[in-house]
Amino acid sequence: MSDRSMLQVEGLTFRYEDMQMVFDLTLARGQCLAVLGPSGAGKSTLLSLIAGFEKPLSGRVLVAGEDVTQRKPADRPVTSLFQEHNLFAHLTVEQNVGLGLDPGLRLDAAQRHAVAGELARVGLEGLEKRRPAQLSGGQRQRVALARSLVRDKPLLLLDEPFSALDPGLRLEMLDLLRQLQAERNLTVVMVSHNPQDARRIAGETAFVCDGRIVAAGPTEALLAAREPAALRAFLGPEAG
Amino acid sequence: MPWWLPAALALTVVAAVVGGALLALGLAAPGFDFVGNLADAYLWRVVWFTVLQATLSTLLSVALAVPVARAMARRRFPGRGLLLRLFSLSLVIPTIVAIFGIAAVHGRTGWVNDALAFLGLGRADYLYGLTGILIAHVFFNMPIAARILLQAVEAVPPETWRVASQFGLKSRDLFRLIEWPAMRTVLPGAAGLVFMLCFTSFAVVLTLGGGPKATTLEVAVYQALRFDFDLGRAVTLALVQLLLCSVIVTAVLRLAVPSTTALTEGRIYERPDTGGRIGIAVDALALLVTIGLVVLPLAAVAVAGFNPTAAEVLTRATLWRATGQSLVIALSAASLALLLGGAILVTSRILRHRLARAGAAGRLELSASLILVVPPFVLATGLFVLLRPVADVFALGMPLVILVNALMALPFVVRFLGGPMMEEAQRHDRLCQSLGIAGWNRLRLIEWPGLRRPVGLALAVAATLSLGDLGVVALFGSQDFATLPLLLYRAMGGFRMSEAAVIAALLSLLCLVLFLVIEGGLGGLRRRDNV
Repeated sequence: MSDRSMLQVEGLTFRYEDMQMVFDLTLARGQCLAVLGPSGAGKSTLLSLIAGFEKPLSGRVLVAGEDVTQRKPADRPVTSLFQEHNLFAHLTVEQNVGLGLDPGLRLDAAQRHAVAGELARVGLEGLEKRRPAQLSGGQRQRVALARSLVRDKPLLLLDEPFSALDPGLRLEMLDLLRQLQAERNLTVVMVSHNPQDARRIAGETAFVCDGRIVAAGPTEALLAAREPAALRAFLGPEAG
Repeated sequence: MPWWLPAALALTVVAAVVGGALLALGLAAPGFDFVGNLADAYLWRVVWFTVLQATLSTLLSVALAVPVARAMARRRFPGRGLLLRLFSLSLVIPTIVAIFGIAAVHGRTGWVNDALAFLGLGRADYLYGLTGILIAHVFFNMPIAARILLQAVEAVPPETWRVASQFGLKSRDLFRLIEWPAMRTVLPGAAGLVFMLCFTSFAVVLTLGGGPKATTLEVAVYQALRFDFDLGRAVTLALVQLLLCSVIVTAVLRLAVPSTTALTEGRIYERPDTGGRIGIAVDALALLVTIGLVVLPLAAVAVAGFNPTAAEVLTRATLWRATGQSLVIALSAASLALLLGGAILVTSRILRHRLARAGAAGRLELSASLILVVPPFVLATGLFVLLRPVADVFALGMPLVILVNALMALPFVVRFLGGPMMEEAQRHDRLCQSLGIAGWNRLRLIEWPGLRRPVGLALAVAATLSLGDLGVVALFGSQDFATLPLLLYRAMGGFRMSEAAVIAALLSLLCLVLFLVIEGGLGGLRRRDNV
């Protein structure tokens, strides 16, 4: 157990309807892990367990060497970005980001300055007073990213964050995410059903099937090996 | 605060009131002989009439609702939206006001008799007794049934009509193959609901029953308490009522009443059967009957209100004191209902969304409808018996009426607020958890902006229901304590019809204003949030 590891998932079990899930996982600081797998395999559940939205039946979650299994989601050194509903529609962009600094939205000048800074970093300068409905899908996810940045947590969890975006926009967002990850030395876990996402930003990939991580390793090697059979079926026939 | 505490507190209040009342009933009256009282022929006459009028009312309401729903589904006509709106409002129109309207149309000096006399056919007495009860019950319940059926028909996928046009189905076939199957799924639930409402109907039977021959359990309890002061008989009647209601409610819940409560206007699809002459005639007839039964009495209230006694009636101190007391009761009962309902929903939402226990959440929400099993008069009787030894019950009138009215409004609050609160959680619960937005912050920043509209609606419905209710107040009313519905009832009972007309108009106006002020004030005027 090296002190370089940012995330350790140890024998985490969970039951959803008829599916019994068991997860083990270790991720070093500054790494980006893609979690691939077919729908209903348990990818999102794994993320929910790490974030603390679901309670495991047994096992532990350690972040930066500390056991956080019993902590509430907000008290974990973790921040989450979902596929949708990341923003409150009735609040402005600025307020949505500000909630990451103070859940009561009472911000001082320094905090407001920080909000403006991170909004500029994700390319949304000058849109502070807009509401989510006045933004495009990509811009909305940028707001959510800015909020993740102001929260300044070492571990970032993303659940299919860009799946609803057009292909070009998706690549743009993935590149932004990669830059931010390098800049802030973030540790990232991103759930996706698209191998391209993994290739673009993730050094490591884990393949989840039927509630278990059945294969894991460096992304290129894993996707090239096409083993086991479930991964082969997931990837589909090889391009000619 | 632990997640279960809000609902636990709310249910403790409900259970203490209901349990206390029932316990008091059980222990009531020394030497009380339940089995002996059951042998009373009067009791069984009352039970028989209660069941008879409820059955006939249900049959008539539903039988008329089918053609009306069909006509509304396939016709566009001027006033259709207004009629739909009226249908959804039949819930909050004060019963006693509607009864006044019905008396103004069907009474001895009403519009129908005026017309008969004008035609030289003489006047007919048909209002008081079973006929009047049926007219009033159809007035209240046909729209409810029609709306449920209409929703079922409008839920038919639009493609169905396209396919039907393509195969040239006739109007009769459309009904047999498409509409009737859609209606049939919701019909048992709708009929059960109507039966329940008619079975426990109080004000209608009290005012239009017209004598001991036409008395229901609910009214008999009231009479035993108020006039004969026969506690033993009141308790027997109340227990019989409770038993029968439990059976009926269990049956109704089995029949699964559709839970859609949207107060919106449905869409109309292009249907292939709008051209036929017979169809037009049938639909027109259904709508004319609806107008005669539902719209005319309301029109009568508006027309009769403007009469020469208005100035004199409107300057009476008793009227304004009753207005004040009515408003205090309505606002207090509605706030209490909102508080209890909100507390129950806060907990049931956590059960549903964080603990994945939807079944438990459903049962918790259902417990808010306990009042449906324990009709308000049984409750009032129990409280009356419970408090009689320790306090002057008539002095406690106002708090007791507030309490009972709040419990009566509770199922509505849970119904109107439940859906939006669950939706809000579905959208934002995880986000709030992840950002640590909880408690007051969550209420202020997230919940209130998203829920103020349904909260406004729930509060408006609860307050309007309470404002127009002639229920337990009839039991506790006195020289110093009266509500507007009670004054109206007294005026009608004394056949002071022009005075009654003024009170009816004032009460309707007050209900309307209260509803709009609460709904608009709390809900916020339509803000342009989603541009």
